[in-house]
Amino acid sequence: MLTSKTFLRKTKRGNVLKIVREHYLRDDIGCGSKVCKKCAILVEEQEAVLDDQLPDALSKAYKNPHYLIVDTNVVLHQIDVLEADVLCNVIILQTVLEEVKHRSSTIYKRLKDIINDKRRKFYVFVNEHHKDTYLEREAGETANDRNDRAIRVAVKWYDLHLSASQAHVSAKKRIRIVLLTDDAANCEKATKEGLFAASVEDYVCCLKDSKGLEDKISRSESHFDEGSKEIFPCHLTPVQIHDGVKSGKLLQGSFQASRENFLEGQVSVESFEKPILVQGYDGLNRAVDGDVVAVELLPEDQWSAPSEIVLQNDEVEDEEEIVEKVLKVETKQEKTPTGKIVGIIRRKWRQYCGILQHNALQNTTRHIFVPAERKIPKIRIETRQAPTLMEKRIIVAIDSWSRYSRYPSGHFVRALGKIGDKETENEVLLLEHDVPHSRFSEKVLSFLPKLPWIITDEDVAKRTDLRHLDVCSVDPPGCTDIDDALHCFQKPNGNYEVGVHIADVSHFIRPGTALDDEAALRATTVYLVDKRIDMVPDLLSSNLCSLKGGEERFAFSCVWELTPNAQIVGTRFHKSIIRSRAALTYEEAQLIIDDDKQQTSVAKSLRGLNKLAKVLKKRRIENGALVLASPEIRFYIDSETHDPIEVQAKQIRETNSMVEEFMLLANISVAEKIFAEFPEHAILRRHPIPPPSNFEPLVKAANYLGFEMNTNSNKELAESLDAAVKEGNAYFNTMLRILATRCMLQAVYFSSGVVTKEDFYHYGLAVPIYTHFTSPIRRYADILVHRLLAACIGADVTYPDLLDKKKMNNICHNLNYRNRMAQYAGRASVALHTHIFFREKVQNEEGYVLFVRKNALQILIPKYGLEGTLYLYPPKGMKQEVSFVYNEENHTQSYKNIVFHMFDPVTVQLTLDRSNIQHEKLVFKLVKPFIPNFSVSSIDEESKENVTRVEENVSEECGDKAGTSRNPVVLQQMKRKDEDFRSKDSSRKKKHKK
Amino acid sequence: MDLVSDQGLRIDGRRPKELRKIRCKLGVFAQPEGSAYLEQGNTKVLAAVYGPHQVRNRSKALHDAAVVNCQYSMATFSTFERKRRPRGDIKSTEMTLHLKQAMQASIKTELYPYSQIDIYLEVLQADGGNYCACVNAATLALVDAGIPLKEYVIGCTASLGNGDVPLIDVSHLEETMGGSNLTVAVLPLSGQIAVLEMSQKFHVDHLSLVLNEALDGCRRIYEILNDTVKNHLSEIGAISGWGKSDL
Repeated sequence: MLTSKTFLRKTKRGNVLKIVREHYLRDDIGCGSKVCKKCAILVEEQEAVLDDQLPDALSKAYKNPHYLIVDTNVVLHQIDVLEADVLCNVIILQTVLEEVKHRSSTIYKRLKDIINDKRRKFYVFVNEHHKDTYLEREAGETANDRNDRAIRVAVKWYDLHLSASQAHVSAKKRIRIVLLTDDAANCEKATKEGLFAASVEDYVCCLKDSKGLEDKISRSESHFDEGSKEIFPCHLTPVQIHDGVKSGKLLQGSFQASRENFLEGQVSVESFEKPILVQGYDGLNRAVDGDVVAVELLPEDQWSAPSEIVLQNDEVEDEEEIVEKVLKVETKQEKTPTGKIVGIIRRKWRQYCGILQHNALQNTTRHIFVPAERKIPKIRIETRQAPTLMEKRIIVAIDSWSRYSRYPSGHFVRALGKIGDKETENEVLLLEHDVPHSRFSEKVLSFLPKLPWIITDEDVAKRTDLRHLDVCSVDPPGCTDIDDALHCFQKPNGNYEVGVHIADVSHFIRPGTALDDEAALRATTVYLVDKRIDMVPDLLSSNLCSLKGGEERFAFSCVWELTPNAQIVGTRFHKSIIRSRAALTYEEAQLIIDDDKQQTSVAKSLRGLNKLAKVLKKRRIENGALVLASPEIRFYIDSETHDPIEVQAKQIRETNSMVEEFMLLANISVAEKIFAEFPEHAILRRHPIPPPSNFEPLVKAANYLGFEMNTNSNKELAESLDAAVKEGNAYFNTMLRILATRCMLQAVYFSSGVVTKEDFYHYGLAVPIYTHFTSPIRRYADILVHRLLAACIGADVTYPDLLDKKKMNNICHNLNYRNRMAQYAGRASVALHTHIFFREKVQNEEGYVLFVRKNALQILIPKYGLEGTLYLYPPKGMKQEVSFVYNEENHTQSYKNIVFHMFDPVTVQLTLDRSNIQHEKLVFKLVKPFIPNFSVSSIDEESKENVTRVEENVSEECGDKAGTSRNPVVLQQMKRKDEDFRSKDSSRKKKHKK
Repeated sequence: MDLVSDQGLRIDGRRPKELRKIRCKLGVFAQPEGSAYLEQGNTKVLAAVYGPHQVRNRSKALHDAAVVNCQYSMATFSTFERKRRPRGDIKSTEMTLHLKQAMQASIKTELYPYSQIDIYLEVLQADGGNYCACVNAATLALVDAGIPLKEYVIGCTASLGNGDVPLIDVSHLEETMGGSNLTVAVLPLSGQIAVLEMSQKFHVDHLSLVLNEALDGCRRIYEILNDTVKNHLSEIGAISGWGKSDL
């Protein structure tokens, strides 16, 4: 069965080595076709996936039924065509698979997904280890030529092999092989050898029923080239880049496009503290947001500063002027290192959501696609379905970007739905934020417990029975995934026993199951305004795990004995059974506490908790924990149309803080325990200390108004924030706290084995060690922590991956990524609903100036937690009688005697500009202070015309990603941190309507 | 990089439970009492056995057993990069000790008091599983020397691919790319383990899985070596004509 064959390989590892490896050639690899009886006997476990009954002649060009074999470049460039359901019965050669793997990991992953899809009938043929199809590389032959030859040999082998097993079928009905290759030379050689070969385009065009597949074909660059003038300089070759980076002449970094100015971006280079600025067509040189690029630093006298101009790609006609404007250096401003991109090291292209730009020409197939994400350039595509796609949001992939074309060229992937439709917009939002939101697969659901679910005696024996305790839960109204409950009573010795009971999700989700894998992938439940994307199936999240009132449920309990002074005397952890006496809302709990007449055990328990929580909070703040106010909003949603009907700032009650304190305490206790037991493998959460430079904007802003900000430590920062109170501007302090939040870094999960102990510190909470334990229903990190803790107390056993530092660290990376994306998605959802709310509305609102910019004011409206730009200069081509004077020193804008400072109150008028269907904009207009010929009058006198006319520009858009600080929902920004500040975060549990 | 592809093949084209090709020969040298040459894939080993003879260093002689002396060395040309010291470095010394332990478990040393048995092992080409190849070659050389053994002692390695697929007889590439490796030397008929070593720790759930595979590998190697020995004996028997003496 084994034949051995050795081959030689040379690799560079400092010096040239000759590596000899064995290469076994086998005779037990099947062809995977149901037609072939020989192979079916040969390998029993391998399923034959390729059909024996093919629809006769799918294609006009080939009369025989056939299987397809594709070459590497077809996979790499036409993956979208392969992903379409039309093409089935495809053979993927191992040669191709390996090459794809080396060239692009994302495409490799997509290809694997297709292969794993049983309906698609893709078969992987291991030709490299098959005795008849293995090829030795010939002298003078390049690796590519050898692979092409190997592919042809495999095609030939298949043809012969299949015809041998179909000897009884007439030649015209036999299943043949068609080789798809876009390489003309290869195609020709194959045809010469008597094989069927075609390019993808030819093949698809000949299909009888292509179902719009033509649009998905990625066309080569030359197609779009107009042979006109060069817009971009050449990229360096990979070798030049490699040498340049090695010698230090070039720098490697990832490119981030600016969302405000399409001709500007920055490259973050590891060795540089500040990102390198790149500007203009030459500077950007076809880099797309996220790409890893090689950048050349310009000499210092050519350095520039980021322009403060907001520049949209809409007015591209007078491009020369724009470039000039962008490059015009503001001499007064601090210059930053500037460079130009000379080559792309790795493209990070993905698929983009967006719409087609309206095309004046009728009946053309060439169109411009406008991505929803402003950082991404427009994309040229070819499609015949333009009339139907015009109204829809679509997905497009980039194929290439030639030097002669201003925009990259791409192809259509699929349509999502009608623009403006809420379902579509939600879909866009989820896709753009990479939130896995498909329904749970059958395989995942198969791991759920069977209903009716009952507690067996065995379960009771294993767990501590706490059903006698008066446990209750406190949550926001409408919450169905209750993952924590509390109890408290005073012991005879005067101390309190306090218990935090967390849903025992890890009892239901066992490691290694498909259910576990899915939860690990999703990492977190995503809360949109009108929708919840669950991390675990509904049966668990809203029923079996949820600690509902009156139901017996499994819990993981953390029980302390606390002195009346809230000092911990002892801590116990156990898996338990509890019965929650009541599932209260924050409001109900507050009413019970305040109502002295109520003397039930639950009421007493709540009062005890409340008392202890106050002590805990006081101590925490004394230790230097930061309090960052967050004016959250809540949408009231029409039950019929699902449109928001009212927006209201959220109320924070004492009970919110009560629950929060005990969750923090539980998290800290658990973190200490699992770290003591698993010093190398504990999953913890840290919040790094921000570098002092981060605080600059905050310090400066406070200084303008005569306040000193001390940012040396979190304690000093907290104190100086408390001290900064301004008479007559109640909101001033809150705004400072908002600014402070923006100075923070993101808190992250990590495995304790990969970070030194000093870095465990949680800056925001001012505790040396912290983790997440209290919300396993909606966070995967908590499930891992539960498993670790269960192993600590002997309630469960560990499993290999849990004790694998590297794997855990990878999981943590995914958790951090998903969490960030979930936050952005949540914010974008609020922005979307704000827009829907403002449709058909004109409203006057009180706001504050948050920043003063060169041509605009950044306004914050506390009522909606909304932030937007009030433009002081008219858009191009329009005249304005009022001109403002910008004072860079004091950061003020003034007109005559009216001066705008930071933090000044203003009244603005809000309207929604729907002229651009993709980016609906909230328009801010000044009402008060009144400036003649600039301000609009109050709504009452507003004429209808004025509403629709857009004088001041842009502020928000619905598909907008909340990436930068200049984003819609300030409060949501704060939510990022609050995960830790307020573990029990009400906003995450928005009312969920089924 | 995965050690096992989705199609169930390893990097070199084997399936997870397949051994590398084993080729071996007894009696390759005339000078020593017993000798053998063994290839396990690209790992190639020579073994030579001298003795039993008088103990060289009298003070080390045992009154009730033979002294087993092993020497492990690697040819300077056996690895990718030229090896500076063929023997005497820490790794070789450790190997020597482990070999001694395995061989002592198999040789009926009690038959040769006050004597010594020398086993010399030379790795000609190293491609993973050097220790196992050495144990197996030494067993053959001992058989060739006619030294009484309790039974064969056989070595085999096993590892884990893709997190939970046990692989046996791992090559150098798999050794370096994968995680922990397990090496055992066993007496396959009685199932006694003479030497067991792990390069890193295994999770307790995986250990039995990997160990069972390694033991199974040992049994299969035993079959192959035993066949070789039988063929060898019948060959030299036929030459000397002993098979016909009964006539």
